[in-house]
Amino acid sequence: MSDTFKLNIDGQEVEVPKAYTLMQACEEVGAEIPRFCYHERLSVAGNCRMCLVEWEGAPKPLASCAQIVGDLRPNRDGSPPVIRTKGAYVEKARNGVMEFLLINHPLDCPICDQGGECDLQDQAVAYGRGDSRYDENKRAVEDKNMGPLVKTIMTRCIQCTRCVRFVAEVAGVEEIGMISRGETAEITTYLEKSLTSELSGNVIDLCPVGALTSKPYAFNARPWELRKTSSIDVMDAMGAAIRIDSKGDAVMRILPETNEDVNEEWLSDKSRFVWDGLARQRLDRPYVRRNGKLQAVSWPEALDAVKAALSVGADQIGVVAGDLIEAEQAKAALDFFRSLGVKNTDCRPAGAQYGLSGVREHYLLNPTLAGVEESDALLLIGTNPRVEAAVWNARIRKSWLWGKLKVGVIGPVADLTYPYEHFGNSPTALDSEAVRAFFKGATKPMIIIGEAAVCRSDGEAVLAAVLGLAQNVGAIAEGWAGYGMLHTAAGRVGALDAGFVPAQGGKSTGQILDGSVKTVVLLGADEVDLSRLGSSTVIYVGTHGDAGASRAEIVLPCAAYSEISATYVNTEGRVQMTTRAVQPKGEAREGWAIFRALSGLFGKVLLYDTADELRGVLRGKDGENTPFSGRGYAPGAKGFAALSAAVPASSGAIGNEPFGRSIDDFYLSNPVARASRTMAECSALATSLDTAVAAE
Amino acid sequence: MLQDKDRIFTNLYGAHSPELEAAKKRGAWHLTKEMLDLGPDWLCDQIKASGLRGRGGAGFPTGLKWTFMPKEVRDRPHYLVVNADESEPGTCKDREIMRHDPHLLIEGCMVASRAMRAHKCYVYIRGEYIAERHALEKAVKEAYEARLIGQNNLNGWDFDLYVHHGAGAYICGEETALLESLEGKKGQPRLKPPFPANAGLYGCPTTVNNVESIAVVPTILRRGAQWFSAFGRPNNSGTKLFCISGHVNKPCNVEEEMSITFRELIETHCGGIRGGWENLKAVIPGGSSVPMVPAEQIMDAYMDFDTLRDLKSGLGTAAVIVMDKQTDLIKAIARLAYFYKHESCGQCTPCREGTGWMWRVLERMVKGEATHDEIDTLLDVTKQVEGHTICALGDAAAWPIQGLIRHFRHEIEDRINRYRLPRAMVQGAVIAAE
Repeated sequence: MSDTFKLNIDGQEVEVPKAYTLMQACEEVGAEIPRFCYHERLSVAGNCRMCLVEWEGAPKPLASCAQIVGDLRPNRDGSPPVIRTKGAYVEKARNGVMEFLLINHPLDCPICDQGGECDLQDQAVAYGRGDSRYDENKRAVEDKNMGPLVKTIMTRCIQCTRCVRFVAEVAGVEEIGMISRGETAEITTYLEKSLTSELSGNVIDLCPVGALTSKPYAFNARPWELRKTSSIDVMDAMGAAIRIDSKGDAVMRILPETNEDVNEEWLSDKSRFVWDGLARQRLDRPYVRRNGKLQAVSWPEALDAVKAALSVGADQIGVVAGDLIEAEQAKAALDFFRSLGVKNTDCRPAGAQYGLSGVREHYLLNPTLAGVEESDALLLIGTNPRVEAAVWNARIRKSWLWGKLKVGVIGPVADLTYPYEHFGNSPTALDSEAVRAFFKGATKPMIIIGEAAVCRSDGEAVLAAVLGLAQNVGAIAEGWAGYGMLHTAAGRVGALDAGFVPAQGGKSTGQILDGSVKTVVLLGADEVDLSRLGSSTVIYVGTHGDAGASRAEIVLPCAAYSEISATYVNTEGRVQMTTRAVQPKGEAREGWAIFRALSGLFGKVLLYDTADELRGVLRGKDGENTPFSGRGYAPGAKGFAALSAAVPASSGAIGNEPFGRSIDDFYLSNPVARASRTMAECSALATSLDTAVAAE
Repeated sequence: MLQDKDRIFTNLYGAHSPELEAAKKRGAWHLTKEMLDLGPDWLCDQIKASGLRGRGGAGFPTGLKWTFMPKEVRDRPHYLVVNADESEPGTCKDREIMRHDPHLLIEGCMVASRAMRAHKCYVYIRGEYIAERHALEKAVKEAYEARLIGQNNLNGWDFDLYVHHGAGAYICGEETALLESLEGKKGQPRLKPPFPANAGLYGCPTTVNNVESIAVVPTILRRGAQWFSAFGRPNNSGTKLFCISGHVNKPCNVEEEMSITFRELIETHCGGIRGGWENLKAVIPGGSSVPMVPAEQIMDAYMDFDTLRDLKSGLGTAAVIVMDKQTDLIKAIARLAYFYKHESCGQCTPCREGTGWMWRVLERMVKGEATHDEIDTLLDVTKQVEGHTICALGDAAAWPIQGLIRHFRHEIEDRINRYRLPRAMVQGAVIAAE
């Protein structure tokens, strides 16, 4: 029996796989099928009935989204079944459905935030009537509380159940459902509780009408007024593809774009709703502390102050790069401080013990984010992907739902939205029979280690043990590099790739911040412990008035990720660029340019005058394999060669202290998020509900 | 007229005891083991040969349906599910079987399960059927105690029967919604395909049959397929329980031969039409879901699947609702429309939105508060619902209204005209008439 099936669609003969739905087959020949309930990443509901097509000879039209091509029968004479997606019969069916959808719809498009990007609106143009035949009273539905992110106007709901299926299938929290029946059926959350998913914002995109809209964005703008800029998200280390919608100099909202390799088409709530943080608490001009108070100064004054603060001897300067640093700033800062002879540079503010082995694969997520769909056994060590890479967690869940993946965890117990085998919370579990048994028979084992597993005194030994485990259980093999590190910070891999680690004999973050150096430079590093700095002078280069700026003597404002075109390397080692969507705030400058200016002041001019030239330096010469060249260092299974090399011996032994958590509050993990009112609201709510997301 | 010796349900009126011993005396559980030993193929062939068509409304050949099940049991068990969610307005046949002849049903379940290689059977009883559930549970207990069913029973086919009580939703009588409900979910019909024979209860091969279809099986096998197929016209064979309600002198449930004429059915068992045959206005011949047939067409029509289909109606569950000339047909259909609006599951658009719309328009038409155009609009709306939904509830809601408009459009028009007359004239007419 062949696996393909011949169809005659709108007069064109086409041969498609039997597993195709009729809708896919129709799209194969370019026919456009309207739909509301169908979504390619969700299960098929078949309830909106908009996608009806005609099968010649069948008594009823078929819902093309739910009809498997292989279930059709050829005509009696053996010719392929005739499908029509156009014509009076189909039009009548679809017009009828559209009329039904509209009779109880409020038609309040002028005051609806979905207006202009509404599936119902668009399809009503094609299939709707010019007038209404419905003279009865319309149904009204009470609005529901879905928390601070999702605004509900349930009268507009057309009961397509996309949101229900999303939260149940992708997000893994069964918190939305349809209650009642018939025309009183309505979508609601469980007991009117707000959603506890970190992916809840996606239901806004999924909703084909204006029933679920963005609460923070409500009544702010119309889609056609917005300038749309494709960019990269920096709220976690995944580097999700986003679209920044801006009006004038304000970011109005952030939406996901499709990147099958990274975020498919989902986006975490933090990435989506953090935009109000880009307008609050911003550093828009340089400051210098005088008489205990930060005073606004001009750039030349500030740079002079910096020069003075840096004239303390190279070994008395320490530089810590934060989580959101872009590769350009890291490279320029590193070049500048090295030219001064500074060895105390570190981009691991939490004190993680990686990046010193010289092997890039040791700190990359080698099997790739999409690779989890191929894997059959996944061990998470000291990481909670639901908090650290929420969208990827949904992908792990998807792979588990398909029945292909089993998951094991060494680390704190948490609700990951899928079941897993727990091997304890201490690194000693790495060398256990249970873990080896877990991987027995697995063809593509995957071992993921998180920040929390290496941000500890025995981090180096843990890392070595994990690398050893990966080799022993067959996670490293020709064509498959199953070892990976899940970072929590967007800028980390780029900074590591730029070499932003202590030079030979240099101090690392913990030693820089213990008050032993006279001048500390913080490059957006706010999550560090500043309490032991003592009398050290602090220079803060960053975007927001957060912990670092309030301790600093000198504050230099720089542009945030929405305001620069800059390079970020995600946790897989994927080199991506953000795009400038709006102008930097006030007098803020691009990070790299600040160090370029300083280098002139010190008479040690850096070798690049523009960001492009700087990126050229990062990429290296033609044919050279640098992390930024995109050649030979592309993410993926190619890392197996480097990972199969002998694991460098670690100085210490593994302790048995339990793993901690690398992110305390999902919603408040970086300066932008901490400046956002929406995130504060989410955090407060999550804490009060004591949900898995906030508490971990 | 069916003779007493040919009746399958010999205790339909509860004149005798429903208990096991009495049922055995009436023939139940006779030669069951021998039937089972003949194997699935023989069983299916016999039922096919008998011409039995499903008694739940759609009239699909039962034997053929059984053969859709996989020929051997692989990794998934097979299930028989008996649909006792008898909720179709006008229908009250299955409850009599469960109350008074439960052993015929239990035996039928066992035989049908053997025919489909199933060891487990679920009977899904309508939520409102409390006494029926008790009666059936009692009979099941008797059968277990007598080791007629259960593990290592006397009949040699391991068989367990579970009685499940629904919560009273009409839609759970739709076979896939019934399965959903049985699995503990909200009773909403599933998309087909896959059909239950491939992926039914818990994703396993399942056949869903009506109570009556299953309960007649043992008797057919005992007396032979030829005996059963001898009743009725070709393709409409057998005996059938008719539930006659409405404006007849003696409404009743009765087992009759298929293809009996309407006139004979009413004259023999119901004492004629209230007020005589001239007073007959219309008949809904197969439960609320089928369109009505006007008096002149139904009077001498055969009561079987094919004749009624040709009259643009259907035999359905054979719940014959008789309406005489005193009936306000518009109001009657409006009431049915309300029923469907109330029972729509709300899953798919045309039925969820359309049933409410149709009911509201009809309610106005009862008073005449409508326009002539709206009759066509209403008809158009029923066409927009019909055939566009996941299950047949949309069709069931549309057909009665189509039947009304097809045959009694003039009544709706008269009502509208009268409503539009100046009030004084209407009042004057009333006064004059008094």
